[in-house]
Amino acid sequence: MERNLMKGNEALAEAAIRAGCKCFFGYPITPQTELAAYMAKRMHKAGGVFLQAESEIAAINMVLGAASTGVRAMTSSSSPGVSLKAEGISYLAGSDVPALIINVQRGGPGLGGIQPSQADYWQATRAMGHGDFHILVFAPSSVQEMVDMVTKAFDTADKYRVPAMILADGLLGQMMEPVTFPEIDANAHDKSSWAATGHKNEREHHIINSLYLQPDGLEKTVVERFKRYEIIKAEETDAELYLTEDCDILLCAYGASARVAKSAVNSARELGIKAGLFRPKTLWPFPVKEINEAAKNASVILDVEMSMGQMIDDVKLALNCSKPVEFFGRTGGIIPTPAEVLEEIKKLGGAQ
Amino acid sequence: MAVVFERPKSLLDVSTHYCPGCTHGIVHRLVCEVLDEMDIAGDTIGVCPVGCSVMAYDYFGCDMIEAPHGRAPAVATGVKRTNPDKFVFTYQGDGDLAAIGTCETVHSATRGENIVVIFINNTIYGMTGGQMAPTTLPGQVTQTTPFGRDPKLAGYPVRVCEMLSTLTGTAYAHRVAVDSVPHIREAKKAIRKAFENQKAGKGFSIIEVLSTCPTNWGLTPVEALQRLRDDMIPYYPLGVYKDITADEEGNK
Repeated sequence: MERNLMKGNEALAEAAIRAGCKCFFGYPITPQTELAAYMAKRMHKAGGVFLQAESEIAAINMVLGAASTGVRAMTSSSSPGVSLKAEGISYLAGSDVPALIINVQRGGPGLGGIQPSQADYWQATRAMGHGDFHILVFAPSSVQEMVDMVTKAFDTADKYRVPAMILADGLLGQMMEPVTFPEIDANAHDKSSWAATGHKNEREHHIINSLYLQPDGLEKTVVERFKRYEIIKAEETDAELYLTEDCDILLCAYGASARVAKSAVNSARELGIKAGLFRPKTLWPFPVKEINEAAKNASVILDVEMSMGQMIDDVKLALNCSKPVEFFGRTGGIIPTPAEVLEEIKKLGGAQ
Repeated sequence: MAVVFERPKSLLDVSTHYCPGCTHGIVHRLVCEVLDEMDIAGDTIGVCPVGCSVMAYDYFGCDMIEAPHGRAPAVATGVKRTNPDKFVFTYQGDGDLAAIGTCETVHSATRGENIVVIFINNTIYGMTGGQMAPTTLPGQVTQTTPFGRDPKLAGYPVRVCEMLSTLTGTAYAHRVAVDSVPHIREAKKAIRKAFENQKAGKGFSIIEVLSTCPTNWGLTPVEALQRLRDDMIPYYPLGVYKDITADEEGNK
């Protein structure tokens, strides 16, 4: 298979085009700009639509319009921009319209900074807009995973009619690694039963809508959606378990911080400390079964994030507070070093 | 017996939630007559807004998408760009189009999006119970301007057709009214022309329709029509503000 050396942001774009994404709507923001720039160059040649919107709000609503007609549509942004998209994402979820949103995270709150961060975990997994809903959240940790997860995100979104997010960060977006692109069948999902494409006088009119003024009607649609979420939770979790079989100290980290944590685990092993790594690839649904498997022999958990500690809530919930969970993180755009994480591992002792 | 008047096929045979005397019904009918006459309902996707016409998806017989408040032109852009062979229209009120959605309105116009925008201007927020709209006239009493709109405090009304006619991307901007039979006939012609523009790929067409809101104006339907004539038309003069097809004709 052909291997290409690509920047994370560009690989996300190329993967989306190959996954059959027919339109990209975006608004400039650092550190995801290469993604939009790549789309601007490539999308027209690929027979799709690239449009720079007047705002993040307009961009996500263009996605809503395009995706309502059944085509694969996406937008990308970084943290402050994703906050602006929250309204549209809630409407996508409430209208059961699948689409892809990419967040190349930077530091916050407010305008924050432009360096890599993981401070939008809560937003992505807990509160990506108003109302009772979830979106699928994928957390790549390499450029190859960014490619693979774009396809997976589109497919899973289409399968369940749920919006999907790839929660990356400025480090992954900006770094280069070799990648290969998989073969894809973008037309595997038939959307003709609901898409608003014009009825040709051959069927009832389709309505894409999230308004239900009767409470019992609204409750019914939300409950039906949560039944789908239960299936997603049972079937769509994914995680990497690294040296966890005999581990005494289990590190939990995702995305860029998982790369740092993995280096620290390797160093700890060289010192004879039985460390291991649990790395969720899906953040919603959180891999509950997988973390319990990874933690079965551990005496202590060390959660490592580029934030003040957000995923740690899910780690504790998933383990039902059955083990002590410690935290190490840097925030504001600072990437923790393997040496810093190793120091934390040493502090926790751990069986040799 | 010959049928001289009937419900357009595209206007679904259901009761609407509109108040007695509201002019939404007239405008819905005009849009549907055009869809029927051009035989395009099966190839049309409508976008309805947040506001009184939020439930228009239950009344128009074509495929419909309900947009977030003010975002209908962005949603329509997404639909049209990915389905250039389909007809796309939005149906928006004044709060939706000229306050919260001003950005989307202006930029879809300046991009020359090949869509039709039906803009209902009744100088008030109807659905939420009669608050000041961007189009509320100076001195007009509303729930949030209980002493009358004071431009010193609340600014001046937005004249949408005038504003959009300055943009190169706007193909057609026409203000009409539905207070009388001649005006309704004129409105119908304008709506037809807007859809013909889309068919011909001319770009952004907006039909501003001066309408009434008897409930929130506190007037009878007949008094409301008189207010439209006496107060609204002088402030919002009827007419064509931009028409690139007329310019093209003129250049021949």
